[in-house]
Amino acid sequence: MTKGLTKINLVALTFGFAFLYVPILILVFFSFNESRLVNVWGGFSVKWYGELFQNEDLLQAAWISLLLAAAASTLSVILGTVAGFVMARFTSFRGRTLFSGMIYAPLVMPEVITGLSLLLLFVSIDWGRGLGTMIIAHTSFCMSYVAVVVQSRLVSFDRSIEEAAQDLGATPFKTFFVITLPVIAPALVSGWLLSFTLSLDNVVITSFTSGPGWDTLPVKIFSAVKLGVKPEINALSTIMIAIVAIGVVTASIVQKRAMVERQRAERMAAAAND
Amino acid sequence: MNTASAARVPFEPWNDPKAKPYIRIVNVTKTFGDFVAVDNMNLDIYQREFFSLLGPSGCGKTTLLRMLAGFERPTSGRIELDGVDMSTVPPYERPVNMMFQSYALFPHMTVEENIAFGLRQDGVPKEERNRRVEEMLTLVQLTKFGKRKPHQLSGGQRQRVALARSLVKKPKMLLLDEPLGALDKKLREQTQFELMNIQEQVGITFVIVTHDQEEAMTVSSRIAVMNHGRIAQVATPTEIYEYPNSRYVAEFIGDVNVFEGRLSDVAPDHVVITSAEAGTQVYVDRGTSAALGATVWVAVRPEKLDVSLTAPEQPDFNCVKGTVWDIGYLGNLTIYHVRLADGKKVTAAVANRTRLRDRPITWNDEVYLSWAADSAVVLVS
Ligand SMILES: Nc1ncnc2c1ncn2[C@@H]1O[C@H](COP(=O)(O)OP(=O)(O)OP(=O)(O)O)[C@@H](O)[C@H]1O
Ligand SMILES: [Mg+2]
Repeated sequence: MTKGLTKINLVALTFGFAFLYVPILILVFFSFNESRLVNVWGGFSVKWYGELFQNEDLLQAAWISLLLAAAASTLSVILGTVAGFVMARFTSFRGRTLFSGMIYAPLVMPEVITGLSLLLLFVSIDWGRGLGTMIIAHTSFCMSYVAVVVQSRLVSFDRSIEEAAQDLGATPFKTFFVITLPVIAPALVSGWLLSFTLSLDNVVITSFTSGPGWDTLPVKIFSAVKLGVKPEINALSTIMIAIVAIGVVTASIVQKRAMVERQRAERMAAAAND
Repeated sequence: MNTASAARVPFEPWNDPKAKPYIRIVNVTKTFGDFVAVDNMNLDIYQREFFSLLGPSGCGKTTLLRMLAGFERPTSGRIELDGVDMSTVPPYERPVNMMFQSYALFPHMTVEENIAFGLRQDGVPKEERNRRVEEMLTLVQLTKFGKRKPHQLSGGQRQRVALARSLVKKPKMLLLDEPLGALDKKLREQTQFELMNIQEQVGITFVIVTHDQEEAMTVSSRIAVMNHGRIAQVATPTEIYEYPNSRYVAEFIGDVNVFEGRLSDVAPDHVVITSAEAGTQVYVDRGTSAALGATVWVAVRPEKLDVSLTAPEQPDFNCVKGTVWDIGYLGNLTIYHVRLADGKKVTAAVANRTRLRDRPITWNDEVYLSWAADSAVVLVS
């Protein structure tokens, strides 16, 4: 159990982490490069960060990305919850297998195909591409993830608390909003966060469904890199890494605290009873 | 409670032909697919009763309770509450509350909010709501815990919150599904008395499901013993124990010795059974519905048997002879397992009124087991 690190373990660990993190570290490192050349160190500087905030184009793209991710993940949570609810609760209706298969399909569908088919749809109904079509496209792949998260939460849900609520006078409709939803809220939050990150870095489906002037940040970066990597892009990426890292760390700290708190309370309650 | 019991009138509405049943279960059947969970059941329960449903696992107790609460619809038959047919009334409109086996507390609400939930649904104004919640917390002795969440409570405390939550709306009937199942023996016994006290204070009709027969004996005004979706017997705890109506009930409630025999003498005030199995004639001082010559069973409780090394005065009736095969010492009781000549095993329970060394009976002794004429019951099914 308490085995320390053997040499082999240590080497394997180092390689593994190096494989994962060296590229990212290099990127962060060069974002502070004085020189315009990406692979030659010319001294420390934060000037690319300054320049980044002068770049209207990128800032605009960042704003679109955030707006899109927020809208798409909110819509996904609503639709995904409904779908997850149906799959968890109505276990035997005609065509259920087909229905659940169809909900899972977008998870494994190649993005190019999803993007292309959405594009065809928008073209055929003559819907001008822009933020609206992008939100719909992102929702269509994010809601599957939410549906899966919500469904698995509901499977372990204690139905008797819903019955208790009805027994005490709440209609089924009201029960859903005052009992079911609050209890599964953490699943909805994590579904929302998942959708947000998925939407934030999607390139393929976005390229198919965005219109002129609606480039998102990843699309912008992707096309900029085709003309050569600029240090500004490094700086931008570093900021994104920082935001994601802060988010992930905060979420896990909050979760851990809540768990510790809960365990402590349970222990105290058990002790108080004896 | 004590003052009340001093001048207590026997509470027996089921013996009063003028009393109107509060809950009427009329020809109720419930099937799940091909499986009959409740089979053409008829049952009347009276106001203020503490009524127990007792039976082995899977006999349909929870199903019956869920039909009373409205979570299941009877396949056929009807359920009346206080003269109103409940068949089409959904759970949230029934004046009935249920305490769930798993307690089913709302995990995201505090104890107070849990208890207030039902009142909130009825739009009870805030002041009155707070007052009634406070009242309930006092009743279940949880005043200090109002602000806690369910996960910060012990099992026993949670159970009391569940009880308070289901009582606060003053329902016409409270349904309790194995409310004490999760508690240890000591806490359970204590809570049984608390439940009885509370029931007396609030005066609500309780219908409780249990498969702990001691619990049913302790708390109930009447017990319904169920078997495969049917009612085997409904009676007071004493009647069920002393005068079971079938072998099933006799064997389900407590321990019993059963001898098969033939009715050899039938009179209005007594019967005689000749039992080859027991190797004796049995005289019972109550009549029976069976005819002369019919096969019947005689049931005698272990504690009604006298164990002695010498033959009783009248060895031809109500007396069997055997060898002590095992002795179990339970502190207050000693259980003698005696084997009769033909191999049948009989159990006798003797109160330990004297100390161990004063009791001479030991393993492999020849003993006589005898009982009084009013101790045995004749069972025809
Ligand atoms: N929703 C259902 N679908 C199918 N069968 C059911 C359903 N609910 C109950 N049953 C069956 O009906 C029978 C009676 O169940 P019920 O829950 O009433 O038993 P119980 O007497 O409460 O048992 P226990 O003491 O174990 O709680 C069982 O055999 C059970 O399998
Ligand atoms: Mg049950």
